[in-house]
Amino acid sequence: MATHSYTSRRELEQHSFPPAVALLVPLSAIVLQALLPRPFPRLVILDLPLIVTVFFAVSRRNPVAGTLTGAAIGLLQDALTNQPIGVNGMAKSVIGYIAASIGIQVDVDTLTTRVLINFVFFLLNSFLLFLINRRLLGLTSFHIQWVHELIRAAINTAVALPIFFLLDNTKRRE
Amino acid sequence: MESFFTRFKNVLVLVAILLAQTIGLAIQVRRPVESGAPDGGKVTLIRYWAVSIVTPFERFFHGIGSTVRGGWSNYIDLRHTRQQNHDLQQQIARLRIEQAALAEDAIQGHRLQSLLDFQQHYVATTVAAQVIGTSGNDLSRVIYIDKGEADHLKTDMAVITPDGIVGKLRDVFPHTAQVLLINDQTSGAGVLLASTRIRAILRGSTTGRILINNLTPDARIKPGEQVLTSGGDQVYPRGLPVGTIDSIATDPDHQPYTLIQLHPAANLNQLEEVLVITGTQSDLPVQAKKDLAAGAATAEAQAAQKQLADQQAAEAAARSAAQIVADRLPSLHDLDQPGASATPATPGAAAAAPGGVVPHPLPTIHPDRYTQGTTPPAADLKPGAAEDKSSGSIPQSTAPPPATPEPAVPKIKKPQPPKDTEPPSTTQNPNPGTDKPNQ
Repeated sequence: MATHSYTSRRELEQHSFPPAVALLVPLSAIVLQALLPRPFPRLVILDLPLIVTVFFAVSRRNPVAGTLTGAAIGLLQDALTNQPIGVNGMAKSVIGYIAASIGIQVDVDTLTTRVLINFVFFLLNSFLLFLINRRLLGLTSFHIQWVHELIRAAINTAVALPIFFLLDNTKRRE
Repeated sequence: MESFFTRFKNVLVLVAILLAQTIGLAIQVRRPVESGAPDGGKVTLIRYWAVSIVTPFERFFHGIGSTVRGGWSNYIDLRHTRQQNHDLQQQIARLRIEQAALAEDAIQGHRLQSLLDFQQHYVATTVAAQVIGTSGNDLSRVIYIDKGEADHLKTDMAVITPDGIVGKLRDVFPHTAQVLLINDQTSGAGVLLASTRIRAILRGSTTGRILINNLTPDARIKPGEQVLTSGGDQVYPRGLPVGTIDSIATDPDHQPYTLIQLHPAANLNQLEEVLVITGTQSDLPVQAKKDLAAGAATAEAQAAQKQLADQQAAEAAARSAAQIVADRLPSLHDLDQPGASATPATPGAAAAAPGGVVPHPLPTIHPDRYTQGTTPPAADLKPGAAEDKSSGSIPQSTAPPPATPEPAVPKIKKPQPPKDTEPPSTTQNPNPGTDKPNQ
């Protein structure tokens, strides 16, 4: 009987995705993010690209891949705004890196962990955007409303859970 | 060395990516940035690539949505359309009357502006565009429209709706364009308070509110006042509606100034179609001139109609007054034929006269010297006769006064009862001066 030995959790549960999924899912998130607020203005509170960034980062459990995925999604998101290109890119790069690093250490497939990491990463994203705008860009008029950010994090966490379960079906176990 | 890069590969990749983006940010914000100004060439190119990737999907989904929505609203959901059409017709009629009322003032104002060589910019040409997408970020309030350079759009062109201004074109691509909304934090516009004529600068905010924060406290500025574009920013033509003042408060960050919050005239959250102003002119557009001429013609027609109606009403009133006077004048009654005068010629004449038939006076019960027909003619009067109360009679005369004055003949006539009255059945007052009947 053959015996298997795993040196780390990363080797135990590392997932990959088909190229079509890896390309189309982030693109769909960005397109939906641009389309939905037009008929439903209140949906601008969602951040679908960040949900996708976190999902791919924690699923791949590869900090480099998470960083690059976050940077690509964030830069594409910036290009559609009137902000300088790189604001969301930097924030999502950091989040992708941290999410992938956490995914190596913690089991992120349980519901509780997913709720927790989504909520924390949305707050972290708001904090990073505040730092970049306030410190790097020098926008002194940029304020952050923490109550609003807490609500945003809660709503996005609620939206992220079904999306995570949907995207779980696209995983390709290696 | 190799082991160092292998060991810290993840962190080094993160640092490299962050460093690259930081340098990119520094390059972008190094140039003098005006609020809402377009990007540099390289950044525009990156944005163009991104927009080229995303826009086809947006057009596709927008087309599907428009088709479904159009099919539903144009072929299925036609309830109340007839009533709506009727209401709109009534609204058009009302607006035509209002247009006629304002046309003369507008023509006069335009003539005076021409005399004073006043440079006014009127909207001459516009391009209608549909909104196909947004930035998807609540920190960046921009929208994308389905028209671009191919439709002769350029940066800094004003974007409006019939309700008010929306924003301006920030980036223009071949077949699409990015519109910076007026409630974006980098947006601004020169505005004019409609009633107080105070000029101010409007700015957006991170929360999407539209603010004026360069005015000192002024008691004349009240909530509800309309705000218009001033034309001073060289983007928005003068006189376009911006919104109304929502609230006025002290600005905590800039203490001497007030923080005036506006409610935008256009619904910036749900924009479907917008108009891009592609050209202005100092003269009134042809269509506006036609509208003004039509309004002036309507006003003249209304004035003529009113004059005619007034004239007819005056004539009717004159006729009516003459009829009333004719019916009420006592001279028209023949005293000799009381029955004939009391009876109208036609049965409906009495009812037709507003005052009815003047009743014949009843016989006097206690005639005195003031009773009609009891006053003797002047020729019959004798000086001092009135003071002769010994006879206890009432002087009376039935003869009309002579046409030519004759010398007065002292003559005392016996008192006679009036011709058309019965003699009083009661005893006459022996003392007429007391005018008190005996009991």
